[in-house]
Amino acid sequence: MSEASPRQVYLGVDVGSVSTNFILYDGREPSDKAVVWKRYLRTRGAPLEALRMGLKAMYEGGNWEVVGVGTTGSGRELAGVVLGADVVKNEITAHAIAALNQNRDVQTVIEIGGQDSKLIVIRNGVVVDFAMNTVCAAGTGSFLEQQAMRLGIPVDQLGSLALGSTTPVRIAGRCTVFAESDMIHKQQLGHSMEDIVAGLCSSMARNYLNNVAKGKELVPVVFFQGGVAANQGMRRALQDFIGCPVEVPEHFDVMGAIGAAILAKERLERTGAITKFVGTSLLSSSYRNNSYLCDRCPNQCEIVEIWRDGVFLAGWGARCGRTI
Amino acid sequence: MRITFPHLGSAYIPLEEMINGVGHDPVVPPPNNKSTLELGSRLSPEDVCLPFKIILGNMLQGIEAGAESVLMIGGCGPCRLGYYGEAQKVLLRKAGLDVGFLSLEPLGKLEGGTISFLRRVFGPTNPARLVNAARLAWAKLAVVEWLEVLALSTRPMEATKGTSTQVLNQWLNAVRAAQTMGRLREVCRLAADQFEAISKEKDGETHLRIGLVGEIYTVVEPFANRNIEEHLGNLGVEVVRTISLKRWMEDHVFKRLLGLSYVKELQKWAEGYLSGSVGGHGLESVARSIRLARFGLDGVIHILPLACMPEVIAQGILPKVSVDTGTPIMSLVVDEHSSEVGIATRLEAFVDLVERRHYASV
Repeated sequence: MSEASPRQVYLGVDVGSVSTNFILYDGREPSDKAVVWKRYLRTRGAPLEALRMGLKAMYEGGNWEVVGVGTTGSGRELAGVVLGADVVKNEITAHAIAALNQNRDVQTVIEIGGQDSKLIVIRNGVVVDFAMNTVCAAGTGSFLEQQAMRLGIPVDQLGSLALGSTTPVRIAGRCTVFAESDMIHKQQLGHSMEDIVAGLCSSMARNYLNNVAKGKELVPVVFFQGGVAANQGMRRALQDFIGCPVEVPEHFDVMGAIGAAILAKERLERTGAITKFVGTSLLSSSYRNNSYLCDRCPNQCEIVEIWRDGVFLAGWGARCGRTI
Repeated sequence: MRITFPHLGSAYIPLEEMINGVGHDPVVPPPNNKSTLELGSRLSPEDVCLPFKIILGNMLQGIEAGAESVLMIGGCGPCRLGYYGEAQKVLLRKAGLDVGFLSLEPLGKLEGGTISFLRRVFGPTNPARLVNAARLAWAKLAVVEWLEVLALSTRPMEATKGTSTQVLNQWLNAVRAAQTMGRLREVCRLAADQFEAISKEKDGETHLRIGLVGEIYTVVEPFANRNIEEHLGNLGVEVVRTISLKRWMEDHVFKRLLGLSYVKELQKWAEGYLSGSVGGHGLESVARSIRLARFGLDGVIHILPLACMPEVIAQGILPKVSVDTGTPIMSLVVDEHSSEVGIATRLEAFVDLVERRHYASV
């Protein structure tokens, strides 16, 4: 540990369905060097535990003074309450802000995460349109992961394997279960693993363009971010379909967290407020979450409560607006 | 006869009054909740739309609460909903529930013949009481929708989140209990004062206005759209409704009886995009989105149940409307498993987008 005074940073946390990502952002650095620390953790269905592990790793990773916190992702409310976030923002805005911060000329952001995929259309630095997958998670990271497991290949090697393909096979892209049947069938016919994996990537890219982008105009600069952007095969497939270069930013896997940190910085600088960050007390406190079906009225809301050291912290889910 | 009926927003308030007036006992099913959907889904075909499942759940819960007969809207279209009553009758009978089924079909198509149907329904009716009840029920429908619209306009102005909803619920209960037109007028006066007070809490602040279009059931029933109106209100947005049950009655029942058409006006608005009815509210969704955009609203949200054919057509046209008018339009698909967080994410992102656009253009 250095003896110097701690570095002032903004913490961004993205609690997603598959991963929980942490980054520290130093606003005094130029935007390509501003991310001074990052950690990509598996949520494994236990966001509280992931938050605690991330914070522990952060304090072990350097001498920091956190001056602001932003949360995003499907677990943003929970993370916001537990961490004492200054900004709790949806992941679409967060991803757009992060992309614009890297390159002011971005006009298209393709984000494919664990269980959802998004398209963000930006013009003149402002989000003008977006789309998300509707009620089906076909063509997202969870599917790639399952298939990698079934094929016995680590998910991070799928992409390089796909690049080795010469004649990708055609795999149905509408439904992941049918895609799987197709893949098994092609394997049994004796196609090479490279060609099958490349076919999988291209079916996922097609699925994305048909179900999410749905004919929206995709113009450069195109950014591809989210966990799936690690897959070179996917990048190539998207590039082939769209017909223009697709850039994968350096911190593609934590862009949501970067956006949350930038939003926190902007908010605090604008309001002059001091951060609500709980700091190391998260590590020493015990958290308990509790959910139940409320029976006070016939609405039967599903209520979630968060308790810290036996004290009620926050609750949500009630249509009547009560918290406890 | 103890009669139950499906929920549709606050429609149970005037309906209950009407059933009373005809001389039967209304059985209002419990408010839509998780068990309604679970019960309904258990008996429903898997790929039918969300409204079917919730409506069937209402019927089951109403029967459980002691109803002997089920009242359901029928009709020959304009979408699958016209046949839902018939399908639900079969499903209820298959489940071993021996209940009467009153399907409101056009005259001449009523079950068991028009005369026998009318005798079954109006047997116990006292004409004078019916006239009074019909007046009161119609007035209640108007007041209920008026109160709901007031709450939509005050939500972005309230200092404490939830105030408008509380005030609204309080007065909806009062409307439900009102037995005379005089009391109803009094409720209107008192409620108006309270809403007026809320609307001054954030004086001088401007807010965004977003219109709602889409399939009527999922737009009107808060359980189906996960409380979208309240959610947007809490994000500081004034929601502009384009669908009203009173208006629907006027258009589809009264105008039709008089031989008038409400379709022409819609066609005029939708000109260049959609030339005629495609069933359900498909034409309405397109026409109203264009109208809202021309009236200068900041954005439009289009709600549809998964697999709704008429709205799928509208969904395909709206992106072009959005580009041509420069007004953001988002389609929101709802189904059994549309999680609250997923909807919240889309709504928040849409409001962010609309807000940034709004201030960029000011």
